[in-house]
Amino acid sequence: METLSLLMDGFAVALTPTTLFLAVIGCILGTIIGALPGLGPSNGVAILIPLAFSLGLDATASLVLMTSVYYGAMYGGRISSILLNIPGDEPALMTTLDGYPMAKAGRAGDALVLSGVASFVGALLATFGLILLAPVLARLAYKFGPAEYFALYILAFSTLGGIASKNQAKAAIAACIGLGISMIGIDNNTSIVRFTYGNLHLYDGVDFLVAIVGLFAVTEVFVFIESHGKDSAIGVKLGKITIPVNDILLCKWAMLRSTLIGFVAGILPGAGASLGSFLSYSAEKAIVKDNSMFGKGDPRGVAAPEAGNNAAAGGALIPMLTLGVPGSGTTAVLLALLMTLNITPGPTLFTDRPDVVWGLIASLLIANVVLLVLNVPMVKFFVRILMVPPWVLLPGVTMVSFVGIYSLSGSTFDLLMMIGFGAMGFFLRKLDVPTVPIILGILLGNRMEDNLRRAMVISDGDWTFLFSSWIAIGFWAAAILGFVGPMFLRGVLKKPVPPTD
Amino acid sequence: MSDRIFGLVILIVALGYIFSATLIQTSFLSDPVGSKTFPYIIGGCAIVAALVVMWKPETDPYWPPAITFVRLGLAVIVLVGYDYTLKPLGFIIPTTLASGLLSYQISPRRLPAVLTGVGLSVGLFAVFKFALGLGLYAFPKAWF
Repeated sequence: METLSLLMDGFAVALTPTTLFLAVIGCILGTIIGALPGLGPSNGVAILIPLAFSLGLDATASLVLMTSVYYGAMYGGRISSILLNIPGDEPALMTTLDGYPMAKAGRAGDALVLSGVASFVGALLATFGLILLAPVLARLAYKFGPAEYFALYILAFSTLGGIASKNQAKAAIAACIGLGISMIGIDNNTSIVRFTYGNLHLYDGVDFLVAIVGLFAVTEVFVFIESHGKDSAIGVKLGKITIPVNDILLCKWAMLRSTLIGFVAGILPGAGASLGSFLSYSAEKAIVKDNSMFGKGDPRGVAAPEAGNNAAAGGALIPMLTLGVPGSGTTAVLLALLMTLNITPGPTLFTDRPDVVWGLIASLLIANVVLLVLNVPMVKFFVRILMVPPWVLLPGVTMVSFVGIYSLSGSTFDLLMMIGFGAMGFFLRKLDVPTVPIILGILLGNRMEDNLRRAMVISDGDWTFLFSSWIAIGFWAAAILGFVGPMFLRGVLKKPVPPTD
Repeated sequence: MSDRIFGLVILIVALGYIFSATLIQTSFLSDPVGSKTFPYIIGGCAIVAALVVMWKPETDPYWPPAITFVRLGLAVIVLVGYDYTLKPLGFIIPTTLASGLLSYQISPRRLPAVLTGVGLSVGLFAVFKFALGLGLYAFPKAWF
């Protein structure tokens, strides 16, 4: 009951006209960002963060805006998967498998509506899951000391490297790059300057927003210059939009099963939405009796991954809010937002700033309803936005990123670093090195070191203290399993390729 | 081959990083771990991972022809130039040039590139200045 009254307070925050307006704006922007190929949830949220600051919004308002963008982008990703056969973002990859064949068979409208409903079911139930589970986990997290937190950070890096990427060594290198960069600047414990090489700009470290926008947005420009922005014309016809009641009823169990799978995958630190949509699609294919239509336009193959990835998006907020450990690239960006707003995520957030937490949760529920309205009757409007050609879109994104970062710091040096990160991101992407661990490293590096050092102060330098509690041992075991396990499952976990024309 | 070179670069950077870490001043007020240990651990992990990548490289990615790298280099120069001119020259002129040039590099047609440059600079200026209230100057201050 306590939860219910807190939630009511949350609605009181979320239903003010300003917040409601921001949620709607966020949903629209998010759907556009998700739908545009080459502009996924992570870089979409990243380039908008500096702009949210320049609006002078308070913490709750900026969080509402950004999480609506986040949920919106998760909805929007499906539009380009279904119509262009290009996933708007990574989690939407699985939707291309059945969505595009369905669209080619003349049922593009049905596929869009069905996937919109599936997204709604997944996201809504996951938000309820978040309401139930997050306070429990927050209470548990009070038992965590420095040793447990250190092990938890290790767990986040290893599941991210093990499950979410193909080559563990490369993911480890990426994590080291991020952690190494986070060491630059003044050491929190001793106020000694590290790795600045006499450059005054580096004294307060490398701003994670600079790295995020560089690695995500600027890199994208270089990728498009290389590929010359291969034309992304819509090859399928979109007729009148009707609601395919039969398909929705056919898929109801598929949606519910996928929601559960996606939600659990989302909670795992480091696994995130891509894993959620992948697992729910595979599970659905294995469960249904007649799966001969899968890959050829089965409605269940559209509903399952969409419900799964939106449920994962909700689940991924749980570790981010309660423990301060993000479960995916985008939640890492949201964590960056929290840190810039001077809000420390973690168990204390639920007691110190209940207005922020419950206002956020209430606006997620509102955002979901808004998104359903936007994505079912108004889907045609978003389809039109897909026609923005890359040679307008990418320069535009770059200019917005530059002005955003510039308005935040006013420093030419930061922009130079951002270009540097962009160039680095291009080569890393070519070499198949994941960039999300770099972001996670920059975000978590200092806290990871602080916790390690605090643990060592408590134990007076005894390293076995790191394994002194069952919670910590559990995290270490899960970390090793999460890093090593996928090596043996590589054959099973192989990512499928989108259908070819 | 690409992976071997990448591993080697990371190896050298990691060794350099560890060397820099040895030069960190030690404080008289230090904890058992100190300011150097964590950087050593990071460097060590990077070395191990780099050796693994060199030992078991993956197949080479597709590297575009040299001309593409020239284009990418030009794009970097355009962006750096944009960075340095944004403050002294105001928003409109550098943005028109930079977005037009980037547009041309993605799709080499002159008229659309010019239109993109002008459209983006004017449109974004309006959004930034009037909707978001950023303190941008349209033109160099000395002009008026």
